[in-house]
Amino acid sequence: MKVRVRYFASLRETVGLEQEEFELAAGSSVEHLLAALAGAHRGLDTRLAAVRAAVNRCYVSMGTLLKDGDEVALVPPVGGG
Amino acid sequence: MPCPAGESWERVVKLFEVTTSPLSADEVVSRLANPGVGGVATFIGVVRDSTDGRQVLHLEYEAYPEMAEQTLAQIGAEIQARWTTVREVAIVHRVGRQEIGETSVVIALSAAHRAELFDALHYAIDRLKEIVPIWKKEVWTDGSEWRSEQ
Repeated sequence: MKVRVRYFASLRETVGLEQEEFELAAGSSVEHLLAALAGAHRGLDTRLAAVRAAVNRCYVSMGTLLKDGDEVALVPPVGGG
Repeated sequence: MPCPAGESWERVVKLFEVTTSPLSADEVVSRLANPGVGGVATFIGVVRDSTDGRQVLHLEYEAYPEMAEQTLAQIGAEIQARWTTVREVAIVHRVGRQEIGETSVVIALSAAHRAELFDALHYAIDRLKEIVPIWKKEVWTDGSEWRSEQ
């Protein structure tokens, strides 16, 4: 299956992409995706401890299972206001 | 321009918005349907000229706009569930480059009585900084950094 991954702010700069399509085995969780992304992008692994994940614009836990076509955003610590 | 039959000419007001346009507190207050309800409390966030003693040149705000508007609306719903006298909530956050003294966010709440307005306003700004996917980069004379209060 394929998911769309979106990167913002410091993570966008680390990865050098705003978004990408990422191929994953069926039944993968958010945690599996993050591990795969850390392997694909240098510098990402040390940043993941502070990252929250959002699937289709809602925050989810790391064990959440993904579906084909999901939009997964990696949300570094926010700081609006 | 097509003009479909039955289309309403009513003004479409967004109560929860992420925009690149300059903000006006009066304009955000005017989005509340009934400003004559009794009282309106506003919080106006303004770009600061220094942090931790470092001179800030300007800020760059970035958002995940679709989710940011959704989480702003969630904050509005949370406030109305918790403080039942709060009639309406509007939150508008500006993104993109912003200069010192410019308005980055406006939160406006209306209620028939003032008692709960200030608590609800405090909650709104705290919650915004906690869950809304918006990021702020400070640009100094000698570098830059993404800032977070977490």
